[in-house]
This record gives sequence, structure tokens and C-alpha cells, in this order.
Amino acid sequence: MTREQLNTFVTDKFPEVKLGTSKQFPEFIATLDQIHSLCKTFKESPETKMDYLFCQTALDRKDGFHVVYHLTSSELGHRVMLRSILVDKINPEVETVSDIWQAAEYYEREVFDLFGIKFTNHPDLRRIFLEDDWVGYPLRKDYKDVFTIDR
Amino acid sequence: MEYDDFKDNEALEELKKSGSSVLLSTVDSIINWGRSNSVWPLTFATSCCGIEMMATGGARHDFARFGIEVYRASPRQADVIVVAGTIVRKMAPVLKRLYDQMADPKYVIAMGACAVSGGPFYYNSYSVIRGVDQVIPVDVYIPGCPPRPEALLYGVMQLQRKIQALSMTSEKKGEGKEQEAKPEVKDVQANEKPAS
Repeated sequence: MTREQLNTFVTDKFPEVKLGTSKQFPEFIATLDQIHSLCKTFKESPETKMDYLFCQTALDRKDGFHVVYHLTSSELGHRVMLRSILVDKINPEVETVSDIWQAAEYYEREVFDLFGIKFTNHPDLRRIFLEDDWVGYPLRKDYKDVFTIDR
Repeated sequence: MEYDDFKDNEALEELKKSGSSVLLSTVDSIINWGRSNSVWPLTFATSCCGIEMMATGGARHDFARFGIEVYRASPRQADVIVVAGTIVRKMAPVLKRLYDQMADPKYVIAMGACAVSGGPFYYNSYSVIRGVDQVIPVDVYIPGCPPRPEALLYGVMQLQRKIQALSMTSEKKGEGKEQEAKPEVKDVQANEKPAS
């Protein structure tokens, strides 16, 4: 599907979803309660068939944590980027997509490890790189420890 | 490179002038000839410097001309560990264990900016050790990001010079070297858990 087709595909089904400005991929900004059903629609619709979550990551921005999903279809070849903004920076929570793509289990563990974003209904949410007794989430902008030298 | 530049650090040759007996110094020179011409490195690389180290081992630059003959996959058989790449706090205990497992005499080459000082990760990094000398004692530092194979060869030749300057009577210095590094290791371990 082309960019325009994808845009109309999403806005027909999810009128609340905003279109992003990314030039590389068609970008959709979904609310927290819609992101899971949006992902499920992309996976299961015969027009999109997004069977591959090739990147899931997060950003620490001023307006909150952004959880970013990059989807592609190995059959149809199109790609999209989904974004969900978590305004609550103290207790960020979003629903897992690991029931849709199993690859998300490790991506979400990594995001939890480095940003402390909690993915509800995740089967095994614990740290993946750092030690289990590590204090804090190092990729948050307000992270401080005795080891780091700031400049 | 001019031969005079190669010999720019005269402190190494000063070590030789300790004035030991004729027999000892003859034995020394034979032992050092053997040791310095068969320094076998450990197969150990943690990032892009490792690629450069492999290039040095390859046919074009050919490590083996200098007696750095063959990469050993076991620390028990290795003489030198070329720390090629970034060492993070999670890797540091592993590196220390590898070093401890190597049989004496053992040498360490810190290759590249990350192993020398933390390099590009010196600031704003929660994980990277600032120089491998905080974990194990280092014989030769090779700057560069990553260093050219020629730079590694130069470092290896400097190490050989260093080995040739040692004598049996001065070998206790090697033990002292290790003791110097030990308190720094404690520092690293103390820093392991950040006080939030």
C-alpha cells in the first residue's frame, strides 16, 4: 500500500489517530488505549499483513515517553511507524504487544530495562542487559549515578 | 619510521643496565629472545578494534612476522591479551578473570581509545570503564579509534622491546605491578552499584 492508502486505511478505522510528520515512514500517533488495537488491526487485516515488528524502542521527550513501533510486511513490503506518547513520566504504563508479535517480548524488556516503562500483560517483564539489582533507568534524561561523568 | 624514533623511550633499555652477572645476563638474553619472539595473543576482542586486530593478523600486515604467531582461544595458552575494544562494567569482571587465568609471564596491550581511557564514552556513559588499566595492569597503550594495523604492529614491537629489557632479577616487578592495580579494581567494584 502507498502512503495515502495507509493513511486512509487508518483514519477510516481509527478517526482519533493523528498522522505524524515522519518522512521515512508513514507515521501514526495513537493514544494509549488504542495502540494495542491499532497494532492488532495492522497485523490481522488482509490489506496490511504487518507480520514483522522490526523495531520497538522508546524516547524520552519533554512531553513524555514516546514508545515507537516499526512494522513491516514481509509479503507486501510496506512499512509504517506507530508512536504512542506516555504523558505520565513518573509511572509510565502501556499495554504490551507481545501477544501480537512475540519479538516484542525482548524489545519491551529492553525498553523496560533502560527507560522503566511498564508494559502491562507482558509475560516476563524484567531487566535484560543490566544486573537485576541496578538502581534507576539509565536512558532517562534525569538519570543520575555516581559513575557517570556529565558534560 | 626512523629507527631513532622507535627507540625514543630509552627507559626500557635503562632497565638492562642493572649490572647483573655474566651468566645471568646471558641466560636472560636467551630467555627474552624466546619470549619476545613467540608472544601469542588471546582471541579476545569486544568491538571494532577487533576487526583491525584481525586485519593485522591477516595476510597483508601479517602479525606472524613478529612472532605474534597464532591466536589462542584459551587464556591458558596465551601470553598477551590485546584488549581491543570497549570494556563495560559488566565485562570488566570477565576480563579480570581472563587475565588471572593466563599463565605468567603475561602482558597486556590496551588497543584503541576505549581501552586506553574510555575514549568517546568517557562522558555521559553509565556503563563504560574509563580505561582498561582500572581493571588489569597495562604494558603498552596504543591510541587511535581504531588504530591502524601499523600502529598495532608498532605497539607489539614496543612490547617486544619491553620483554627484552626484563631480567630474571627484575621479574618481581611484575608482581608489584599487579598489586598496584588491585586497589583500583576495588574502586571499580565499589562503583558497580550506583547509589541512586
